[in-house]
Amino acid sequence: MAIDKATVAKVAALARMRVPEAELDALTGELGQIISWVEQLAEVDTTGVEPMTSVVAVDLPRRPDAVTDGGYCEKVLANAPQGMAGFFAVPKVIE
Amino acid sequence: MANLTGLSIAEALDGLARREFSAGELVQAHVAAMAAARPLNAYITETPERAIEGAKAADARRARGEALPLDGIPLAIKDLYCTEGVPTTAASHILDGFKPPYESTVTANLWRAGAVMLGKTNLDEFAMGSSNTTSYYGAARNPWRRTGDNRPLVPGGSSGGSAAAVAARIALGATGTDTGGSIRQPGAFCGIVGMKPTYGRCSRWGIVAFASSLDQAGPMTRSVRDAAIMLRHMAGHDPKDSTSVPRPVPDYAAALTGDIRGLRVGIPTEYRVDGMSDEVTALWRQGIAWLEAAGAKTREISLPHTKYALPTYYIIAPAEASSNLARYDGVRYGLRVPGGNLREMYDNTRGEGFGAEVRRRILIGTYVLSAGYYDAYYLKAGRVRSLIARDFASAFETVDAILTPTAPTPAFAIGEKSDDPIAMYLNDVFTVPASLAGLPAISVPGGLTRDGLPLGLHLIGRAFDEETVLRAAGVLETAASFTAEPQGRWSP
Repeated sequence: MAIDKATVAKVAALARMRVPEAELDALTGELGQIISWVEQLAEVDTTGVEPMTSVVAVDLPRRPDAVTDGGYCEKVLANAPQGMAGFFAVPKVIE
Repeated sequence: MANLTGLSIAEALDGLARREFSAGELVQAHVAAMAAARPLNAYITETPERAIEGAKAADARRARGEALPLDGIPLAIKDLYCTEGVPTTAASHILDGFKPPYESTVTANLWRAGAVMLGKTNLDEFAMGSSNTTSYYGAARNPWRRTGDNRPLVPGGSSGGSAAAVAARIALGATGTDTGGSIRQPGAFCGIVGMKPTYGRCSRWGIVAFASSLDQAGPMTRSVRDAAIMLRHMAGHDPKDSTSVPRPVPDYAAALTGDIRGLRVGIPTEYRVDGMSDEVTALWRQGIAWLEAAGAKTREISLPHTKYALPTYYIIAPAEASSNLARYDGVRYGLRVPGGNLREMYDNTRGEGFGAEVRRRILIGTYVLSAGYYDAYYLKAGRVRSLIARDFASAFETVDAILTPTAPTPAFAIGEKSDDPIAMYLNDVFTVPASLAGLPAISVPGGLTRDGLPLGLHLIGRAFDEETVLRAAGVLETAASFTAEPQGRWSP
C-alpha cells in the first residue's frame, strides 16, 4: 500500500496531532519506507494461526465489582493544566 | 575505606552489614560522583536530598538491628517509573511539570526493601529508541569511548541513562524497562548486565506505558549476582496489573551455583545475520566455548520465523503505543498548548509535545489500526507473533536456554544512523524475538572490541525460568572475567 501525503495528513488528524506542512513530505517518505518494510509479513503463511492475545498463559483475574479506590479529587486534579471547582477545564466546546 | 562507588550491590550489602561504612557514606560517595559525571547527561532529575534522608533512615534501622534486605543501596530509576512527588518525564516535552501523586509498584517494592533513590535517569522519549538520542532532555552519553577516538558514543536505548549511570559508577544499580531490547542492548553497549524477566514477572503498574503487551521492568547492574538480588525485590504479583502473574518469587541469587553441567544450550542458525561485525561473531563463538568448557551441551537449533520478528514488532509496538499515548491530550496532566477550540488544543499539544520519533510511531500505529488496514497489518502481525512464540516453544523441547549476541554491533557515535529509522531498528534484531514471546533474557558483558568497546552475550530462557538464565549468565560472567572499566573521560 503506497502512502501519500494525503494519507499521512489524514492519519495525523485521526491521531489528533498537528504535523507542520513542511514536515509532511519527509514523513511521507519515512512512513512509506517503514510500511513497505513491514509488508514482508504478507509472505508468511498464517493459515489457521490465531493472533496472540495473551503473552503468558494466565487466566484473566476477576474481582468483586466493588469500589476499591478513589475519593481524592485534589490529587487527581493536581497535575491538570487547568482545573476548576473540582473539574478538569477545557476550551469551550459549545458556542 | 574501599572505593564505595566501585562496589557491587552484594559487596556493598556485606560492607554495610560488617559496619565497614555507613549507608550515609555510601550514598554521599554516589551523590558526589553523580554530580561530577553530569556531562554524561545520565540523569534527568537528581534527588540527592532524598537519597541522603533515605540513607539516614537505613543507618538508623541497621543500628536497631532491623536492617532491610537492600537497606541503604543507592539506585538510579529510569524516568519512565512514576515516583510520588518527583518529576516523571518519560523524556518527553508533553509531560512537562508532571509529578505523579502515586508510586509505581516496582519502585515501591524497592523502597520497601530499603533501597534509596539517587535520581531519575535519561531515556529515549517514551522509551522509543535504541540510542537515547530521542530524549527531549538531550542525548545521554556512553562513558566508554573508542581507543584513540574522542567522539561521544550512544549508551544504547531506551534505558541509556540507566546503563550509563551504572557503567560510570554513579549508581550501584538501576531499573530499566525493556519493550524490544531496551534493557539488554544498552547493557551490552555500556558493558554491564541487563535483564528482562518474563512478561508478567514485574508489575507494570505506575510505569509509563509504551507497548503494554511487551513492556517489562528489569534490573541493570554490574554483576549477574546483583541482577539476581535486584530482581528479587522488583518482582512479584500485583493485583493492580492484571497481567502480573501470581507466582512466588524465588531467591534468584541462590540459583547462581556455577554448575551448568548437562545444560542444553541452543544456538539459533537464523541469528547469523548480515551486517553483524566479525568481532560479534567471534565473541558468540567464544561464548559457546565457555559454556561447553563448563559442561553444557550446545547444539544448533532453528527459529524459522526470526527474520519476521522486527517487522512484527514494528506493527505491534507502534499500534499499542498509538493507543497508550492517546491519553496525552493537554487536559489531565503535562503540557497544554492553547488552541481556538478543544480540537485545536489537542492537535497543538500533541504536535508540539511529542518528538519526531514518537510522532512517527504514533502515525504508524494509527495507520495500521485504521479502518480497512487492521486485519492486514495488526491481526497479521499478531498471527506471526504466535508463530515466533511457537518457534521458541518447540526449541525449548530440546534445549534449556538459547545463546546469541545481544546486538549486531558495539556502541555507535551520537548522530550515526539517525537519518534512517530502519537501520536504527535493526539494533534490536536479536532482542526483539524474546520480547515478542515474553521470555526472560539477559545480556552479560563478554569482552571488548579491538578499539576498546564492550560487547554483550545474550541468553534466553523458558517463561518464568529466570533461574536457569541467571545461572548460565553467571558462568559466562566468570569465564569472561570482564573487568574493564570506562575511563572516566566525562570529567570536565
